[in-house]
Amino acid sequence: MVAALFTGSLVAILVTVGIVLSLVFETFRFLQIVPLTEFLFNPQWSPQTAIRTDQVGASGVFGAIPLITGTLLISAIALAVAAPIGLFSAIYLAEYANSKTRAVVKPTLELLAGIPTVVYGFFAVLIIAPLLRDGGAWAGLSVSSESALAAGLVMGIMTIPFVSSTADDALIAVPLSLKEGALALGSTRSEAIRQIIIPAALPGITGGLLLAASRAIGETMIVVMAAGLAANLTLNPLEAVTTVTVQIVTLLTGDQEFDSAKTLAAFALGLLLFIVTLILNVIAQHIVKKYREQYD
Amino acid sequence: MDCMTMTPTKPLSELPLAALQFAQQKPFVLQSTEREADMTTDSVSSRSPAPVEVTSVGRIRMQTSDLNVHYGDTQALHDISLEIPENQVTALIGPSGCGKSTYLRCLNRMNDVIDSCRVEGSVKLDDADIYGPEVDVVELRARIGMVFQKPNPFPKSIYDNVAYGPRIHGLADSREELDSIVMESLEQARLFDEVKDRLQAPGTSLSGGQQQRLCIARAIAVKPEIILMDEPCSALDPIATSGIEALIDDLKDAYTIVMVTHSMQQAARVSQRTAYFHMGQLVETGSTDKVFSDPRDPRTRDYISGRIG
Amino acid sequence: MTDRLSTKLAARLRKRHRGEKLFRLGGLGAILLAVSFLATLLVSIGVSGYTAFQQTTILLQINLPVDPVNAGYPGLVKKSLREAFPSVSSRRNKKELYRLVSSGAAWEIRNYLTDHPDQAGKTVTVTVTASDDVDMLINGKVSRLDPPQVRRLSDQQVAWIDQIRASGNLKIGFNTNFFFNGDSREPELAGIAAAMAGSFFSLIICLGLAFPLGIMAAIYLEEFASKTRLTSLIEVNINNLAAVPSIVFGLLGLAIFLNFFELPRSAPLVGGMVLALMTLPTIIITGRASLKAVPPSIREAALAIGASKVQSVFHHVLPLALPGVLTGTIIGMARAVGETAPLLMIGMVAFIVDVPKSILEPATALPVQVFLWADAPERAFEERTAATIIVLLVFLMAMNLIAVILRRKFEVRW
Repeated sequence: MVAALFTGSLVAILVTVGIVLSLVFETFRFLQIVPLTEFLFNPQWSPQTAIRTDQVGASGVFGAIPLITGTLLISAIALAVAAPIGLFSAIYLAEYANSKTRAVVKPTLELLAGIPTVVYGFFAVLIIAPLLRDGGAWAGLSVSSESALAAGLVMGIMTIPFVSSTADDALIAVPLSLKEGALALGSTRSEAIRQIIIPAALPGITGGLLLAASRAIGETMIVVMAAGLAANLTLNPLEAVTTVTVQIVTLLTGDQEFDSAKTLAAFALGLLLFIVTLILNVIAQHIVKKYREQYD
Repeated sequence: MDCMTMTPTKPLSELPLAALQFAQQKPFVLQSTEREADMTTDSVSSRSPAPVEVTSVGRIRMQTSDLNVHYGDTQALHDISLEIPENQVTALIGPSGCGKSTYLRCLNRMNDVIDSCRVEGSVKLDDADIYGPEVDVVELRARIGMVFQKPNPFPKSIYDNVAYGPRIHGLADSREELDSIVMESLEQARLFDEVKDRLQAPGTSLSGGQQQRLCIARAIAVKPEIILMDEPCSALDPIATSGIEALIDDLKDAYTIVMVTHSMQQAARVSQRTAYFHMGQLVETGSTDKVFSDPRDPRTRDYISGRIG
Repeated sequence: MTDRLSTKLAARLRKRHRGEKLFRLGGLGAILLAVSFLATLLVSIGVSGYTAFQQTTILLQINLPVDPVNAGYPGLVKKSLREAFPSVSSRRNKKELYRLVSSGAAWEIRNYLTDHPDQAGKTVTVTVTASDDVDMLINGKVSRLDPPQVRRLSDQQVAWIDQIRASGNLKIGFNTNFFFNGDSREPELAGIAAAMAGSFFSLIICLGLAFPLGIMAAIYLEEFASKTRLTSLIEVNINNLAAVPSIVFGLLGLAIFLNFFELPRSAPLVGGMVLALMTLPTIIITGRASLKAVPPSIREAALAIGASKVQSVFHHVLPLALPGVLTGTIIGMARAVGETAPLLMIGMVAFIVDVPKSILEPATALPVQVFLWADAPERAFEERTAATIIVLLVFLMAMNLIAVILRRKFEVRW
C-alpha cells in the first residue's frame, strides 16, 4: 500500500528526470551540429534552412543573443508595469484598505492570474497593439504592429497578481509592533510603510518579483501572438522582437523532420529557458523561506 | 461609600468582628495599613468618608472624562474619568483584559489603527481634546511618546533607531545636531556607555533590556512631553527590569509618565499614582501608597492581595 | 515641547501630510488601474464576441429535387436567389448575389431533405446561413456607411440585403453552427464543437492521471514519508516543477510521448498526459496542505482504537481532507483547460473539421482554437475568437465557482 503511494511521488521525480533528459539529450545532438559558442555568442538568428543543401547559408545561423535580449526586453517591460502596480496595490490592500474592501479586491486582482494567457494574447492583438499604433502615429512615432511594448504591457497586466500576492503576504507578515512603533513616534502611515515596513518586508517582496520575472520569461502565448518572429537585436520597445518561447513554438509547429538543426535548436532553447527559470525560482523560494523563518 | 467601613484604617480593636476576620485573612493589607498609619502625617484626615487626596497631585497634564471604548460590539472601557498629573509616574494596574492597555492607547490615539475601535468621551491634553477635529495625530504622537510591551527596535542600526523620530519630524538642522540628539537620548536612557562603540550595529543585536532602553531612547529623542509605557518590563528578566525601573524613576523629573503594568510590586516601586482597572471600569485611583495600603474598593483589595488577577 | 521645536514640526507637517495623501492615492490608483485593466479586457472581449452567438439566416424558396443523390444543391441555391431577384442579369451581379448566402447553404438544403424526405419534389421555404459579410452588416460589426472595401459588400449587395429584410426573409437566430460545427474556412460555418470535444477528452485524461497520482503522492509525503534525503529531494522537486514554464512540459511531451513512445500526434491522449504532468504539482501541494490541516488528534484517536496507520489515513484523515484536495484539483484543472503552449508542441494545433470521437483522433482544444482563429485573416473570425474566449471563461468561472462552493460547504475549521 505504502509502496503504491510512494510510486505517486516518484512520478514527480520522473517528470523532472524526463524533462532534463529529453532537453539535455536533444541539446547534445544540436550542439554536434551547431557549436556552443555560436549558440551563445552569435548575434544573429536565422534558422531558415535552405531547400538545397548547396545553397548559401544552408545550415542557418543559430545565435540566441537576439532571442535572449528580446525575452529580457519584454520581461523588463512587463515588470516595469507589474512591479509598481502590484506593489502599490499590495500596500493599499495590506495597510490602508478595510477588511471588506480587501475581501473583494484581493480575489478580483487574482482573477488576472486565472485568465488563460491565450486570452491576453488576443487582447494584445485586438486592443493594445492598435491602440499603441494609433497613439504612436499621433505622437509621430512608428510603432510596429507587433511591438515589444504591446506584448510587454499585456504580460505586465498578467503578472500583477504574482507581485501583489507575494508582496501582500510579505507586508502582512511584518510584525504589527514595528508599524505601531513607527506610528507612536509620530510617523505618518506612509512614512511607517516606506521607512519601516517595506524595508522589513523587502526579502519577501524581492522573492515575489523574481517569481514574476520567471513567469514572464517563460510565458509563451502572449508573445507568440503579440510579439514578432523577426529576430531583431534591439532595445527599442516600439520595434518587433522575438523571444525564446516564440522561437520554440515556431520551430516546432508544422510538419518538420525531427533531426534537423532547426527542431533540435528548439530543445536547446528549452533547456536554456528551463535553467534560467529554475535558478530564478530556487533563489526566490530560498529568499521567501528565509524571510518567513525570520518572523516566525 | 458604604464599603469604606470595611476598610481597616481604625485600630483593630474597634473593628466589628466580621471585618476583623476578613482582615486577618489578608495579612498583606494589614501590614501596609499599619505602615501607612505610621508614616503618613495626614492619616487622620484620610479617615474621612471621601478620601480624595489633594496633597500630592501636581498640575494635571491629561484628563479623560467619561471615556467609552468599543471594539465592534463589545465595550472595552466604561466611563473612565482619570487625571494624569505632570512629572509623576501614573501606574495603571488590573487583571489582564481589564482595559488598561486599551486606555493607554487612547491617550496617543494608537487605537485609531484598529478599524473596529470606537472611542467616545473626551481625552484632554492640557485643556485641548486630542480627539478634536483639528488635532493632527502625527503632531500629537510627537508630543506623547510610547514604549511597548515587547521591545520593538526597527531593523536598522542603533543610531538610526534613535535618529528615526528626529529625522521624520525634522528636529535637527544639521548632522551635528542630530548626533547630539542621539547621544543625549541614549545617555538619558542609560544606554550610551554600552553602545557607544557600536552605534552602527543593528538594534536587534542588543539584549532584551538594552533593546527596551533603545526604544525608550527612541521615544525621548522626539522630546515628548508625556511617555506612555505599555508593560515595558513584561518581556524582560529581573535584572533588566530593575534597570528599566530605575530609568523610569529618573525620567519622571523631565517627563510625565503613564505606565501599564501587571506587576503590583512594580507599580508600588516606581509609581506615585495608581489607577486600578477591572473589567473595563476604573475601580479606584489615588496615590500609590494609598491605593496599596488602604484600597477603598473590595475588588482592588482582592487584586492587591492576590485573590484575583 | 519648546516653541522652537513645535514651529519646526509644524512647518514640515503640511508637506508630510501631502506626501501621505499622495502615497495613499498611489495605492488606490494602482488598484483602480489593475481593476480597470481587468474590466477593459473582459468588456472588450464581451463586446467583440457576443454577436457571434447569433447568426443571420435567409429564407429561400427551394424547389427540392426528387432524387436526393444526384441533385446539384449549389445550383438550387443559385436558382432560388435568381428567382427572388429576377432583374439581376449580368454575370458579375449574379456572382455578387450568390455571395449573400454562405457556401454551406447547399449542404443545409441537403440536410433539410434528409430530415424531411416526404417533401421531395415540393417547393418549400428553407432557412440557410447568410454569408459572414452579411452577418457582420446585420450585427453591426461593419456599418453601411463604411466604404465598400471595408464592409466587403457593394452598394448593390447592401440594397439586396435591405430588400430581403423588408420582405421578412432575413432572420437573426441562435448560432447553432458555432456550437455544433467543427472548424471551417468559412467563418459563418465555423464552430467550436471539435475544440470542445478535444478539451473534454484531454481534461478527462488529465484528471484521470493527475488526481490519483497527485493524491497518492500527497498522502505519502504528508503521512508516511520519513525525513530522508529522498523525500526532501522530492519536495524541492515538486516546488520547482510548479514553476517550470508550461512550454517546457510541451517539449517533454514531444520528446518522450511522441518521439520515444510514438504515441499519435495531435491526440487528446497525449495532450491530457502533458497537462496531467503540469497539474500534478498543484494537486500535490494543495493536497498536502489540506492533509496537514487535519489535526493530529484525529490520527491519534484512530490509532488509539487499534486502526493501522493505513486505516487511520484512509478511513479518517483522507475523508476530512478530501474537500480541500478536490478544491485544489479543480483549480489545477481550471489551469489546464486554459493552457495552450504545451498543446502546440504536441501538435494539437490543427484544422479539425470533424468532431473527434475518441482520445486517439486528432483534435484541438478551446484555447488552441482561440489561437488559431486569432490569426485568421477574415474579420468575422474576430468575433468568433472572442466568443470562444467567452465560452472558455464561462467554463473557468463555473469550475472556480464549484471550487469555492465546495470549500464553503465542507470547510472544517479546527
